[in-house]
Amino acid sequence: MSEIVVEGRNIVRDYRIGGGLFAKERVVHAVKGVSFKVDKGKTLAIVGESGCGKSTLARIITMIDAQTDGELLIDGAPVDIRTQSMTPEMRRKVQIVFQNPYGSLNPRQKIGDVLGEPLLVNTGMPAAERRDRAMQMLLKVGLAPEHFNRYPHMFSGGQRQRIAIARALMLNPRLLVLDEPVSALDLSVQAQVLNLLADLQDEFELTYVFISHDLSVVKYIADDVMVMYFGEAVEYGSRDAVFADPKHDYTRTLFAATPRADVESIRQRLAKKAA
Amino acid sequence: MAEATTTAMDQAKAGAASRRQMLTEFWFYFSENKGAVIGLVVFVFLVVLALLAHVIAPHDPNAQFRDAVLVPPFWQDGGRAAFLLGTDQVGRDMLSRLLFGAQYSLFIGVVVTTLALTGGIFVGVIAGYFRGWVDTVIMRLMDIILAFPSLLLALVLVAVLGPGLMNAMIAIALVLQPHFVRLTRAAVMTEKGKDYVVAARVAGAKPLRLMFRTILPNCMAPLIVQATLSFSTAILDAAALGFLGMGAQPPTPEWGTMLAEAREFILRAWWVVTLPGVAILVTVLAINLMGDGLRDALDPKLKRS
Amino acid sequence: MPLLTIENLVVEFATATGPFRAVDGISLTVDEREVLAIVGESGSGKSVSMLAVMGLLPWTAKVTADRMEFEGLDILNMSEADRRKLIGKDIAMIFQEPMSSLNPCFTVGFQIEEVLRFHLGLDRKARRRRAVELLRDVGIPDPEQRLSSFPHQMSGGQCQRVMIAMALACNPKLLIADEPTTALDVTIQKQILDLLMSLQTEHGMGLIMITHNMGVVAETADRVIVQYKGRKMEEADVLSLFENPKSNYTKALLSALPERATGDRLPTIASFMEGFEPAGDVR
Repeated sequence: MSEIVVEGRNIVRDYRIGGGLFAKERVVHAVKGVSFKVDKGKTLAIVGESGCGKSTLARIITMIDAQTDGELLIDGAPVDIRTQSMTPEMRRKVQIVFQNPYGSLNPRQKIGDVLGEPLLVNTGMPAAERRDRAMQMLLKVGLAPEHFNRYPHMFSGGQRQRIAIARALMLNPRLLVLDEPVSALDLSVQAQVLNLLADLQDEFELTYVFISHDLSVVKYIADDVMVMYFGEAVEYGSRDAVFADPKHDYTRTLFAATPRADVESIRQRLAKKAA
Repeated sequence: MAEATTTAMDQAKAGAASRRQMLTEFWFYFSENKGAVIGLVVFVFLVVLALLAHVIAPHDPNAQFRDAVLVPPFWQDGGRAAFLLGTDQVGRDMLSRLLFGAQYSLFIGVVVTTLALTGGIFVGVIAGYFRGWVDTVIMRLMDIILAFPSLLLALVLVAVLGPGLMNAMIAIALVLQPHFVRLTRAAVMTEKGKDYVVAARVAGAKPLRLMFRTILPNCMAPLIVQATLSFSTAILDAAALGFLGMGAQPPTPEWGTMLAEAREFILRAWWVVTLPGVAILVTVLAINLMGDGLRDALDPKLKRS
Repeated sequence: MPLLTIENLVVEFATATGPFRAVDGISLTVDEREVLAIVGESGSGKSVSMLAVMGLLPWTAKVTADRMEFEGLDILNMSEADRRKLIGKDIAMIFQEPMSSLNPCFTVGFQIEEVLRFHLGLDRKARRRRAVELLRDVGIPDPEQRLSSFPHQMSGGQCQRVMIAMALACNPKLLIADEPTTALDVTIQKQILDLLMSLQTEHGMGLIMITHNMGVVAETADRVIVQYKGRKMEEADVLSLFENPKSNYTKALLSALPERATGDRLPTIASFMEGFEPAGDVR
């Protein structure tokens, strides 16, 4: 019997725009009734293009924003930040890694402090122990002890993303929401970060919600795939099922649009061009 | 044990090295601007003069030499070596008064800027972080303050509080504060939406920590620039209030007050008016030049990547 | 004769910590009707070398080359005025961020017509006619109406189409596309790439495609140059590059593609590039 870490039931998020002195209020439905379930140690990939509501969903799962309607269950317990106040225990369960490694670290905070902060504000841990834990995590994500006292601007994008991952893991979360974690990275660095994520998942039995627009990455990392289009989940199933037999038109369009880098397609293209 | 100490030392060294590197970079951009370097040199020179006024000044700034009224500077006919820059209408040594005046001006600058900066930052962070009606109330209040000609408002405040250097400083600080509020609010609003702030929130940081530990340090660059420029405005406004008789009271050797006292001797003795005026001009110019350089060095938008 | 010839291009930047060599001895040629892809990761100098051709680098950059010719014209030592006449007319460029490449204060029509006025000196009516024609060519529906739209009223894909229309305004012989689809969604990317390729064949332009995306290379290029840290690693026609990469770096890049993954971990560049000395600091 597998254990469900996060479950969404019919989650809806509306944004109200305008409603000022001169403009009529408009309601934008960013997420329209999305349901999903992720088992412990598995990865759910949410795929879609800009504006499809995938980042909004990520913020709801991370309890940054509240859903307008629907139920979010984390470890089986319903969570609604509109009515409940956040307890440190809830905070610890879900953490997030953002897309842009340049914006997600405080430029005025040393790496050691970046990693120590979650412990400082959530636990009464003494400074020395915080330091040790932060140092261990730094080594775990593949950085060196001398990086501890440096500022974020002294690191490359890939290294910063490692730091962001390390920060997210400081509180031993159950669930990690990864909002396009490798989109801003170079190909080679992307491979390293994906490997790191896979290693960490194995070691800590982490559950991932992986937001991405890159199908090749999704195909590589996901167990389940959900395709979103204008706020709706148009396709949801296991990776193999979705990639082998896409049901929805949009999914097929998406697959067809993804550039192919295999030799056979290049041959075909060149043959077509020569003709 | 020994290993732990070495790593700690290594880290301390790395920290020092990174600070040194940041300083080098700061200096590189600052020194690109030649005017700023000149401003800095002049300003440092003024600070040294002000600090050493007790040692350098040839006379007590308030000592009246009845035998030497309105003596011209030494290079003019009738000038005396004892009074290098001449004396004023009651026989006080101009050089000594100017040196002590520098003390006053810098003191005014420091106090006013500190008051306006701390007040402005506090109010601005609150407005920018909470938004909503708090923001509206604060910003409309600031708009009202900004709607008055600043010197006029300062005058009114001094009239209410009573004339004197301390009250003048409070009044000027109040008048300058809205600029800091606006800058801080704008900076906080941009920073607040950034991922690192959200990440700190997800990590469980409370609003107070987010405001002052996470966001504020990243808003300091424009504030430092504004603070330098306010420093010169404060000196200028204090001199203006002094000139109008509402600031420092005679016989305080404050530059604006000195100007006011000497007004009637403009035609007879140019030095009693010109020298304090030049002192104000040089100080304000130096600080403004320095402020420009600071902006070049601190404002990342102008930095060439 | 090739359209563009560059021999031994070196670009150095003056920085706070001394000179930095961003491009180190790059040589390349582009023929008419050829699509050349320049691939590399960030810091490989792929954009910088093309900006040097366009003369668009900031003053801190020092550009030297043994030869830099466009149709036999020396563009390295050309006067500013001559260069302005050439750039935008015979050589055009489109950039990564379509939203910020267009001036938000002016309508799309005005910005296209500005190009036509400056380079071709057409009268008002002819300009308008040509602008409509161009927008139609790049597949913008209802071009007459669209001329009076502002950039913020259009989507990213449409803005990029407008940028392409502007670049094509004077029938350039060479088009440089600097990461033209990186900021766009996959489905839009596909449309823009298809558009670029069909326009390229139609107009018989030379096209330099700067990108970091191996998929884009595979879908567009005839010939490929792979750059790493300011140096050229490999040059080959597209098929042999993907089929049989010569340099370690290209091998690494290709094996880092998730779709080529064989095991449950991806091979990384570091294992391939041990002992490589980047150009970087020249001190």
